[in-house]
Amino acid sequence: MDIHEYQAKELLARHGVHVPRGGLAYSPEQATYRAREIGGGKWVLKAQVHSGARGKAGGIKLCANDEEISSAAEAMLGRKLVTQQTGPRGKLISRLYLEEAVDIAQELYVGFVLDRKEERVMIVASAAGGMEIEDIVEKAPDSILRTTVDPGVGMQRFQAREIAFGLGLDHDLIGKATETIFSCYQVFRDYDASMLEINPLVVTRDGNLVALDAKMSFDENALFRRPEISELRDKSQEDPRETFASDRGLSYVGLDGNIGCIINGAGLAMATMDMIKIAGGEPANFLDIGGGASPERVAKSFRAVLGDKNVETILVNIFAGINRCDWVAEGVVKAIREVGVTVPLVVRLSGTKAEEGRRILADSGEAVIVADTLAEAAEKAVAAWRAAAKKKAA
Amino acid sequence: MAILLNRSTRVIVQGFTGKIGSFHAEDMKRYGTKLVGGVTPGKGGQTHLGLPVFNTVKGAVRETRAEASIVFVPPPFAADSIMEAADAGIKLCVCITDGIPSQDMMQVKRYMRRYRYEDRMRLIGPNCAGMITPGQALMGIMPGNIYLPGRVGIVGRSGTLGYEAASQMKALGIGVSTSVGIGGDPINGSSFKDMLKLFEQDDETDAVVMIGEIGGPQEAEAAIWARDNMRKPLIAYIAGLSAPKGRRMGHAGAIISAFGESAQEKVEILKEAGVIIVPTPSSFGEVVADTLARIKKAA
Repeated sequence: MDIHEYQAKELLARHGVHVPRGGLAYSPEQATYRAREIGGGKWVLKAQVHSGARGKAGGIKLCANDEEISSAAEAMLGRKLVTQQTGPRGKLISRLYLEEAVDIAQELYVGFVLDRKEERVMIVASAAGGMEIEDIVEKAPDSILRTTVDPGVGMQRFQAREIAFGLGLDHDLIGKATETIFSCYQVFRDYDASMLEINPLVVTRDGNLVALDAKMSFDENALFRRPEISELRDKSQEDPRETFASDRGLSYVGLDGNIGCIINGAGLAMATMDMIKIAGGEPANFLDIGGGASPERVAKSFRAVLGDKNVETILVNIFAGINRCDWVAEGVVKAIREVGVTVPLVVRLSGTKAEEGRRILADSGEAVIVADTLAEAAEKAVAAWRAAAKKKAA
Repeated sequence: MAILLNRSTRVIVQGFTGKIGSFHAEDMKRYGTKLVGGVTPGKGGQTHLGLPVFNTVKGAVRETRAEASIVFVPPPFAADSIMEAADAGIKLCVCITDGIPSQDMMQVKRYMRRYRYEDRMRLIGPNCAGMITPGQALMGIMPGNIYLPGRVGIVGRSGTLGYEAASQMKALGIGVSTSVGIGGDPINGSSFKDMLKLFEQDDETDAVVMIGEIGGPQEAEAAIWARDNMRKPLIAYIAGLSAPKGRRMGHAGAIISAFGESAQEKVEILKEAGVIIVPTPSSFGEVVADTLARIKKAA
């Protein structure tokens, strides 16, 4: 789960990391009011969306007076910001963050991630901050410092100190940098983060160390014990199709194709989507209905998939182990009758109670295209989608 | 004896008396698994499904000489249960639980290293379907009837995609020595490489099918190890051709976040290491059959 820059900064500031003075605004008036609160003569107005690379997309503006703040806020609010990271749909700007402008002497990069190879938290730092980490890796690979934390004892101060010296900082900044890195690690650990990036961490002209931007993501498996983090969720930043599904306990990822997928198991779901692609189609989504799916759950899955107006065919592929194909079949019939499925529907049932499931579909008298194997299911779905598209065009 | 699990492996269930634990315990017993008891703290001394219940894993091990444990404990408490098993002298632990926090798993892995290598527990999972040695024993949640006993090893992250592979093989009369699900989490107990090492040494396995997916370095590491150390053929499929970068595809670990983690990149790395690629998820059966025919011819 991602949070906004201002939320990450609040969290970090509470644990001793220095951030510029700033305030949240939902309107141009509020933004100018914040400027008065913060004081000074130069401010930066930042669109709060769950994405990096906001500057290039017009989501960050330097302002010198009320008029500039007001017109920049007017231009941003209610608009969708499309960055390199958001995809073409973009993300809605409904919150702004106004911050005092900082005189920058040097920009650094500090990031914390879960390193899967080492199975530890890894700290990555570079004196070449201000650009995306991918670009640092490409343009200044020698500047990158890495160290991992022993989960038994946590990060030690010497590790933070080594990074501070490694960044080539002035001696009077070493203490501040050590504390900043150390505090970041504690926030990462104490709140079950999966990613924390300070880019840039800046050295100011008056010799301070300030987190100018902050990005954080959290381990969704740990949210049960981090209620204060769960509260920071902003649904306006999510794909509405995904919000609908996740509110109903379904694992769903929206894509750009036309063939909707309802499958059990993440691996089989990915494989079925691959098979659709190989057969010449494009999947509209990833959806794992999980184990022990009831007819109601199957019907909910249909609602989630059909919520996407691009869906022109649905493929249901179930290999039941702890699931039961007869329940799935009942769910399919229920969905056709209650939700109203007007697009072609291909169903493949295999495993536990597959025979019973097929019988329920056949006896229902509904127009269901049945397939026996994975390959057949994908081919029939693509063929049905093509036929439907042709009919629509004619 | 295939790998890790056979008909004489003495197994206990952690989270024994819960709904899910009970359901699968019965299923495993029916399949022929040598189930000797279970653990539910606070219910020690009771009998459940005709087997003794213990308060602690240590107690269960002392009374039943259990060597293996399967964990059905809910996510907030699962890491604790795994560490309890490791401390009680359990040799093989399969954790089915989905949703354990990554930091808990980091601690589990660190904790397990406190024991000498010879005494160290082997963990399979979490967030996996478990393992089966067809015709002998089941320590997992998969439907036993889709596996034919035989001589091909299967190791995969996903449960249902593993069923798909096994049933395609069964349709062609090809059986399985052992099938292991290592799970879909970013940090897991055993890697693909760990399982390949065991299959390579197993006299009852002739070839291995590896079912990988996007995200993480494990498939590539396994392929490189296989190139340098494995004489048996390794056949692999990588799921997630159509997965976009940076999106989590169901499994917590199935997310492309670095170079070499997409399906296309992984397939390239595997091909270069000499791994036989299953081009589509509907051709597991054919590719395995072709490979077995080729080894037979060469022998």
